Amino acid sequence: MPRIVVDVMPKPEILDPQGKAIAGALPRLGLTGFAGVRQGKRFELEVAGEVTPELLEQARSAATTLLSNPVIEDVTRVEVIQEDAE
Amino acid sequence: MSVETPLIGDFQPFPSASTEGSLAGVRVGVVTFPGTLDDRDAMRAVRLAGGTAISLWHGDHDLRGVDAVIIPGGFSYGDYLRAGAISRFAPLMEQITAAATGGSGALPVLGICNGFQVLTEAHLLPGSMIKNNSLHFLCRDQRLRVENADTLWTSDYAAGEEIVVPLKNQDGQFVADEHTLDELEGEGRVVFRYVGENPNGSRRDIAGISNAAGNVVGLMPHPEHAVEPGFGPDSSARGEVDLRGGTDGLGIFTSVLKKLVG
Repeated sequence: MPRIVVDVMPKPEILDPQGKAIAGALPRLGLTGFAGVRQGKRFELEVAGEVTPELLEQARSAATTLLSNPVIEDVTRVEVIQEDAE
Repeated sequence: MSVETPLIGDFQPFPSASTEGSLAGVRVGVVTFPGTLDDRDAMRAVRLAGGTAISLWHGDHDLRGVDAVIIPGGFSYGDYLRAGAISRFAPLMEQITAAATGGSGALPVLGICNGFQVLTEAHLLPGSMIKNNSLHFLCRDQRLRVENADTLWTSDYAAGEEIVVPLKNQDGQFVADEHTLDELEGEGRVVFRYVGENPNGSRRDIAGISNAAGNVVGLMPHPEHAVEPGFGPDSSARGEVDLRGGTDGLGIFTSVLKKLVG
């Protein structure tokens, strides 16, 4: 069953308190090589049949209306992946 | 849905209710979503201010002829996705959005906490809320300054007057781009500002804002929890009060009632 993956990230200029907290925790595990962390969201829209251009358009619409808030977030990916892919 | 009064103790309507009985003719709707917490408190605040509170259900298509609407605090839809993101698409929100943007005579709408988040998600107010910069859920009595006393919801205060009301949230950090912030400041649309230490990192200490027309106001702190002696904060900006004696939030509710009756 194909899925449409939508990635949403906080805008670069928006402070990401969760990412900051994670960045603060990494050194406690001895993982000191990272300069920063930003936390986003990944949605997987499952499709029963074939992914048509119309369906992909619907996914893009969902991404910009419901799945993200354009004031604070960017949609960074809307992509079809097949089963067992990735 | 019926709401009994009183919840606790003797019910004493705000004094103006007896002297200005017509306030009781003003109908203020309070919306309940799945996960709303403070709808009862908001309705009680409306009644204590002398008005008539009407319960509204998010799934209905009917505003029941109310004169104003309060979207109360809580965790509608569990704050899933983003606070207010799913509530924004509730059937009743379509009615509220249409009525609130209807030009002159547009419906007065107040969003408190989660209600403020819903209003930003619905694009009735600019900006958005992200997690508190401390990442902690905050619950405290918060001092605010009423920056704009000309809105329908703040006219019972004086500009610059300070009030103390509870603040309790996780996603309370108000953010907007610099252009929007400048616009809000320039047009006098910053309605409430945090006084003292900024509790959550909100840009420019903003606690509440209005739309350009001034009929839609949103704020993160909770005026409806500071309306009744014995059940409010332990402090007031007006001087010393008894334990839980703070009622600085009542002016929000009397403001809109008096405006609408006039």
